[in-house]
Amino acid sequence: MNKTTSIEEAIAAIPSGAVIMVGGFGSPGTPFSLIDELLRQGQRNLTLIKNDANEAGIGISKLIEQGRVDRLITTHIGLNKTAIEWMNSQRLVVEFHPQGMLAEKIRTAGAGSYGFLTDIGLHSEITRPEQLLEWQGKQYKMEMALKADFALLHAARADRFGNLIYEGSAMNFNPLMAMAADQVIVETPACFEPGELLPNQIHTPCAFVDRLVVLPQLTQEYRIMEHHVRH
Amino acid sequence: MMSDIESLLKRAVKEIQPGSILNLGIGLPTQLLNYLPDDLDVLIHSENGVLGSWKQAPREQMSASLIDAAGAYVSTVEGSSFFDSAVSFAMIRRSKIDLTMIGAFEVDQQGNLANWKIPGKFSPGIGGAMELAQKTPRIVVLMTHCDKQGRSKILQQCRLPVTAYHCISRIITDKAVMDVTPEGLIVREITEGMTPDQLQEITEARLIFAEEMCSL
Repeated sequence: MNKTTSIEEAIAAIPSGAVIMVGGFGSPGTPFSLIDELLRQGQRNLTLIKNDANEAGIGISKLIEQGRVDRLITTHIGLNKTAIEWMNSQRLVVEFHPQGMLAEKIRTAGAGSYGFLTDIGLHSEITRPEQLLEWQGKQYKMEMALKADFALLHAARADRFGNLIYEGSAMNFNPLMAMAADQVIVETPACFEPGELLPNQIHTPCAFVDRLVVLPQLTQEYRIMEHHVRH
Repeated sequence: MMSDIESLLKRAVKEIQPGSILNLGIGLPTQLLNYLPDDLDVLIHSENGVLGSWKQAPREQMSASLIDAAGAYVSTVEGSSFFDSAVSFAMIRRSKIDLTMIGAFEVDQQGNLANWKIPGKFSPGIGGAMELAQKTPRIVVLMTHCDKQGRSKILQQCRLPVTAYHCISRIITDKAVMDVTPEGLIVREITEGMTPDQLQEITEARLIFAEEMCSL
């Protein structure tokens, strides 16, 4: 079994109009190289599902800035003024969810279920009347599972079967999205032979992974960003 | 001389119980990190999947794969753990976070919190605020008493879209410390040199002054 493939071939599987989950919370866990290849290949009318919009000029913000994204399903885009401008000028449709609800919608799809009941935001303006449900005298809100055609993920380490290990806070949405998309494309800077990663250290088992892209090097975007270092 | 914000933050540190789990919202609460004593017995939860995050790491130990929810390259304390976003919010919704300190655009005397949207002006998204506000047993709001135009941010009834209802336990501002109670807002501490009348003057909500009020 060998899931490794070239970055060109992996991204060429994605058609215009696709619904794509993208890992990452801020920069950690964001598959910058896969995103850049998607930018280069020119797919359009994309729906992206990501915790945030990265920062202006990097990651999925590049796709937004080139008008390639129709719709963004997210939790918070406060760190990206450009994305806010695109939203405010109606060039980008943005759908906001509470962060844990987005995670749980993805987790639910990844577990092969179709929805769950919650009380988060029950009485707030984010709840539509048709989502309300009463059961044994209590009121709940129905949240549907969220699937995607593709997931683009970043793993710190992998083996060529596609077993994945994440690092630090770069885990975030990656293992959830790995389970919730029909086609899962993962980039990693460190690919090992099967057996070299210990079974009890694997975060995402290879059954969920379709294509693995081994990065020859990590670009500037994966490094520490000076503007986030307080002096 | 200490600035008003500095004394607010120093006062907020006293809210932390030893042995507790704490979440610090973006804004004033994350600034609190700089005021925490290094031997404090606390685990800081960060929504992006860290329990035990701490102050900014020394340069040589910084990792591009480890930030807190505010984007700082943090260090971690002994006994910390990393996990995915679903586990992170399971921790929140199961009320395992003891205390959340959170910023606000507006609060009101019923303990309602508005901090996610100013319609037509500012709506960057909900982030983790709604779940934290709804499910943390103790919510302490840290904010300035008035906005930049000098208008009260402590209202009789929130006007902005509410993040969560009846969720606030305590409000700490640069002017006062107030508890939300069934009777209303009880002022426990007031900034030195300010009289109860002067505080009520700059506050839209009706204030009740505790008999034994100390200075902030």
